[in-house]
Amino acid sequence: MKALVAVKRVIDYNVKVRVKADNSGVDLSNTKMSINPFCEIAVEEAVRLKEAGVIDEIIVATIGPKEAQEQIRAALALGADRGVLVQTDEKAYPLQVAKILKGIAEQEGTEVILLGKQAIDDDNNQTGQMLAALMGVGQATFASEVTIEGGKATVKREIDGGLQTVALDLPAVITTDLRLNEPRFAKLPNIMKAKKKPLDEKTPADFGVDMSSKQEILKVEPPAQRSAGVKVASVDELIDKLKNEAKVI
Amino acid sequence: MAILVYAEHDNNSLKSATLNTVAAAAQMGGDIHVLVAGFSCQAAADAAAKVEGVSKVLLADNAAYENQLAENIALLVKDLAANYDHIVAPATTNGKNFMPRVAALLDVSMVSDITKVIDANTFERPIYAGNATATVKTSEDKVLVTVRTTAFDAVAAEGGSATVEAIDNVQDAGKSSFVSEELAASDRPELTSANIVVSGGRALANGENFTKYIEPLADKLGAAVGASRAAVDAGYVANDLQVGQTGKIVAPQLYIAAGISGAIQHLAGMKDSKVIVAINNDPDAPIASVADYFLEADLFDALPELTSKL
Repeated sequence: MKALVAVKRVIDYNVKVRVKADNSGVDLSNTKMSINPFCEIAVEEAVRLKEAGVIDEIIVATIGPKEAQEQIRAALALGADRGVLVQTDEKAYPLQVAKILKGIAEQEGTEVILLGKQAIDDDNNQTGQMLAALMGVGQATFASEVTIEGGKATVKREIDGGLQTVALDLPAVITTDLRLNEPRFAKLPNIMKAKKKPLDEKTPADFGVDMSSKQEILKVEPPAQRSAGVKVASVDELIDKLKNEAKVI
Repeated sequence: MAILVYAEHDNNSLKSATLNTVAAAAQMGGDIHVLVAGFSCQAAADAAAKVEGVSKVLLADNAAYENQLAENIALLVKDLAANYDHIVAPATTNGKNFMPRVAALLDVSMVSDITKVIDANTFERPIYAGNATATVKTSEDKVLVTVRTTAFDAVAAEGGSATVEAIDNVQDAGKSSFVSEELAASDRPELTSANIVVSGGRALANGENFTKYIEPLADKLGAAVGASRAAVDAGYVANDLQVGQTGKIVAPQLYIAAGISGAIQHLAGMKDSKVIVAINNDPDAPIASVADYFLEADLFDALPELTSKL
């Protein structure tokens, strides 16, 4: 069985983002970029499924600029077998990304498709669901436990108020939540080996996808700043402030 | 022009998230219809009919919708979309699960987690863990959005008199099935709608300390209990208590953060709270930058004292 894992190149989660002065977006020049943390969890899960003998081959795909091949190499170093870089310099919206991933999944005949639940840059939480819809297959979002057996995936999902378990026919799309696993670190020899693993370069046009979107970002602004707070010296002072100044208790 | 609002409910009662979502829809301008899809959910539909500003309730009552599987719900909503220009759902795990699926079936883009309605096609939404706010315009024929419920004041649950219309539209995609559910039992208010939230972090050191220090204070204040990712990952509390970019987004009147350093991912989930109190022994913790009141103290001393003096 083959697995497709989608990864996204995003600003590193530890970096404090700066909004550009002209409000056109976030300043990404000279900032550290990484694999989106949820995508890393998806790669790790695919590698574990391969180690368990459920999956034979892991294909990792990304849609983005040329530099995104660094993120594919990083995924290959974690244990993926080969990569597909669909190169575009246009902003990739979830619907277009889902259409390209559908093309790859169908071309490769992958039965398990893993994505992160959301990317930490656009915070959309859409691509996996859209991909499942386009492929006409089942979906399990916010997965915290995945079992694949007998042509079915059984997935525990994190929902408001607790956990829900669903069963899906394969092929299926699964999006990962934080607690699914703890991604491993790439070892140096594996980073070296990853440089030799195959990486296909494609364009959106190869999949018949036009990257233009009917959604546009008009402006990006910094969030409203909170006014500076005060230090209180004691619990009594805190209670007094909450009762008489803030009037919240 | 009409707007379809997807109701959040548990087959018995309407969840308050629906009221905030109706409020957001009302700002888009148009007749508001509410879809209640579930099984044996007449009571939820009746409750939806009383909500202020709702002109019609569509009730899709069928076993296929009992657990709100995205595959089935998405087909239903896609079918209904022909009559609506706007489809609006709360950004709950449910809304996040099925709405993008509807969007793809309709071949349109969607806008997630809006915090402000500028006009019927233009919205504000947070990006980069709330460190930036994007103004997004969509020119799709169908406008699909999910709503950050904490950003909109709820409409009144009573006062409306909409008609309930049962719809006979059964969609079963046959791709997925419900196996089981484990819901955390709690007598406390729900985290996302609580007026006061008391949250603990890694400094609590273990689950027993949550029970011993955080919960009594929450009970005294009638507050919900929250946690940072560190506390959840360490297994101190269940993960549905996690506040942050990847957990719950809360905006209570009062948020008390005890032993939480204030990583940007945590702040993304609570920085719209009206008043933020931080109790921390590190005066340089990032939480100090958003706290209205900062008490530099050991939480194991401060929390019991606070609980007893309230």
